[in-house]
Amino acid sequence: MSERASVPKEEEETEPETEQEPVTTGAQSVIRALENAETDYVFGVQGGAIMPVYDALYDSDINHVTMAHEQGASHAADAYGVVTGDPGVCFATSGPGATNLVTGIADANMDSDPVIALTGQVPTEFVGNDAFQETDTVGITQPITKESYFAADSDTVGDDVSEAFALADAGRQGPTLVDLPKDVTQGETEVEPGSPETPETYEVPEEADDENVQEAAEALAEADRPVILSGGGVIKADASSALREFAKEYEIPVITTMPGIGSFPEDHELSLEWAGMHGTGYANMAISNTDCMLAIGTRFDDRLTGGVDSFAPDAEVIHVDIDPAEISKNVYADYPLIGDARNVLRQLFDAMPRAPDADEWRDQCQTWKDEYPMDYDTPDDEPLKPQYVVEQFSEMTPDDTIVCTGVGQHQMWASQFWEYTEPRTWVSSHGLGTMGYGVPAAIGAKLAAPDQEVVCFDGDGSFLMTVQGLSVAVREQLDITYVVLNNEAVGMVRQWQDGFYEGRRMASEYPWIPQFDKLAEAFGARGFTLESYDNVEETIQEARDYDGPSVIDAHIDPGENVFPMVPSGGDNGQFALNEDHLDMI
Amino acid sequence: MPGPAPDERMRPKGRRNTQGIRVDPEAEVTHEPRQAVLSALVKHRPGVLSEVSALFSRRQFNIESLTVGPTVDDDTARMTILIEEPEPGIDQAKKQLQKLVPVISVRELEGEAVRRELALVKVSGEKPDDVNAVADMYNGQAVDASTDSVTVEITGSKQKIDAAIEAFKQFDVQEIVRTGAAALERGPKTLEKDV
Ligand SMILES: Cc1ncc(C[n+]2csc(CCOP(=O)(O)OP(=O)(O)O)c2C)c(N)n1
Repeated sequence: MSERASVPKEEEETEPETEQEPVTTGAQSVIRALENAETDYVFGVQGGAIMPVYDALYDSDINHVTMAHEQGASHAADAYGVVTGDPGVCFATSGPGATNLVTGIADANMDSDPVIALTGQVPTEFVGNDAFQETDTVGITQPITKESYFAADSDTVGDDVSEAFALADAGRQGPTLVDLPKDVTQGETEVEPGSPETPETYEVPEEADDENVQEAAEALAEADRPVILSGGGVIKADASSALREFAKEYEIPVITTMPGIGSFPEDHELSLEWAGMHGTGYANMAISNTDCMLAIGTRFDDRLTGGVDSFAPDAEVIHVDIDPAEISKNVYADYPLIGDARNVLRQLFDAMPRAPDADEWRDQCQTWKDEYPMDYDTPDDEPLKPQYVVEQFSEMTPDDTIVCTGVGQHQMWASQFWEYTEPRTWVSSHGLGTMGYGVPAAIGAKLAAPDQEVVCFDGDGSFLMTVQGLSVAVREQLDITYVVLNNEAVGMVRQWQDGFYEGRRMASEYPWIPQFDKLAEAFGARGFTLESYDNVEETIQEARDYDGPSVIDAHIDPGENVFPMVPSGGDNGQFALNEDHLDMI
Repeated sequence: MPGPAPDERMRPKGRRNTQGIRVDPEAEVTHEPRQAVLSALVKHRPGVLSEVSALFSRRQFNIESLTVGPTVDDDTARMTILIEEPEPGIDQAKKQLQKLVPVISVRELEGEAVRRELALVKVSGEKPDDVNAVADMYNGQAVDASTDSVTVEITGSKQKIDAAIEAFKQFDVQEIVRTGAAALERGPKTLEKDV
């Protein structure tokens, strides 16, 4: 790592742990709070109002990664949080630095990813005066964080950061922010921050009520057509192995949501993969026809449910969630179980009177798998199909390979045609759907898991939104393979225009995009181009072998569309497998 | 691709309503909006009111009124929020409120809770005696008078104040201000302790 703050100090390797110097300023207290919370990395960009904090970071062992844009800092912190399970941290200065973080904070909020954002602020005496680089950061971010703090005092600023850290990680994870006026961080203090603790008003339910669990277990055991719907909350709660045990013991088919990808192995016979707008036909058929759904850690997003009136219409719903406000928010829960997913799964496991009698149902699910396989056309004379590139890459890599994406068609192909078997290997922007997430997310993911392979599937549109992040990947020598599934269009929009706007392709075709292989080389990365089926594996192999960031510019069939598809607000059982079906539903 | 076309597929019999509730033919559930009085204890610090009101606007809960003021404890304030929503919306409002970090506790007050609001009504000063007579009918009193205007204070239920304002219209109402309801549970129950 190239930066001063990240160079390990030599004497430390020989000396045993030394007493920490006492803090003398608010900024040092901020950094001490991060050290106490065992922060390894901070992603950020310098600036006037945050300078005292950076100055205090100079003396710390925390690694700092300078990003090329603050949006990238918040996405990298987000991905770091997704992969490690611990909060990712990002820094920005006041005003434009803070507003540039906003997209990443909103993204983290929608996906319940643990992130803490520390922003510089103008000195307290100027707050409210429209001073240079002032914005009301707390006001802007309050609706998209679990809580935004305004640090008012040098003596308490360390505690504010500690609390923000604990809060980001507690219960349903999510982003928190602390706004740091320059005089507060510069101000003298000898107060050491306390250990990270959540505010007293924040109560986290641990276990569900036993009686409720018993009732729910009995309903599930009675079911003829049971399914488990596993959401992102299963991964957040580190409940994947509990889920696997439960599903296998009671032989219940498992569907995941898109954020739940990786919570259950897609190569297992009970897996129906993921459901929703572009989920598998078999998962959507099972959702439509189940009579009892055990839904865990999902907020029933409309991309999953389609119209709620047609969502799992026959099913009694058992809803497990750590956030009481998720219960019956979108889909009514017949059996609400509020608690940590891992604990509740264990409770349910013990409470099940027997396995449901569901041989017929499992056969039916298998029939759907045979009837609606995930497929695409590959005649050799056609331009390269994106699905083929994803599939080949998936076959060549180890199970724990981490996949990051931008947002669009490529994101759907990367989720459909890659085989996920491990939690925390799928890193994507779900709730907010943020184009540009991929490039910086891959940086955060790689630093979080340096021993795992990291690949980012991106669209040409998404890639261009945060391409400057390549400079960071090059500087930090991060071994990431970026694959741009290049269709010279914002393809997902083009697909909707073709399907629902009579093919009027307003502002969706990008025939002026740069040559991404050359762009990569200009940044100091390796660049490759893929144009046909001939050298797909060979090129992927070369890019993987290169020790540093590489970019494969894959020129894919510009007319390729994503299927299956449940039209927005539609009925999950009425998915289209091709363009013709769209006219029928 | 193989597999039956959309209209040939296995179809479920059930249905849900727009609130995501299964429509059980024996007990069809629809929720009409009703009025609820939510009372919340919150940390008394800058930004709390905006956090709460932003929550309500973001989630599209219709606020009838919202009042806030200090309690006996200097660090806490109490909010009374009147909303009109169908049952699931009221439940969501409570849960979302409870999620906010500065919110200490939330409770929906029962129907018979003591509810009061205050109105100040400024009317023309031409017939002060008549104004006083009407104010008396509503247990109100004149709190300010000049040659051109009389300002009357009325406290009571929303209905009573609505009626009073209606009655004052005969005197050319110049200005009105209303506080919205403040409410407390009857009996010994408080937000801090259940009895
Ligand atoms: C920041 C942002 N702006 C706009 C959109 C709307 N949008 C959703 S998908 C999409 C197309 C993405 O294009 P590209 O990244 O090239 O991927 P493709 O669909 O072609 O694979 C657009 C514009 C968005 N999701 N995010």
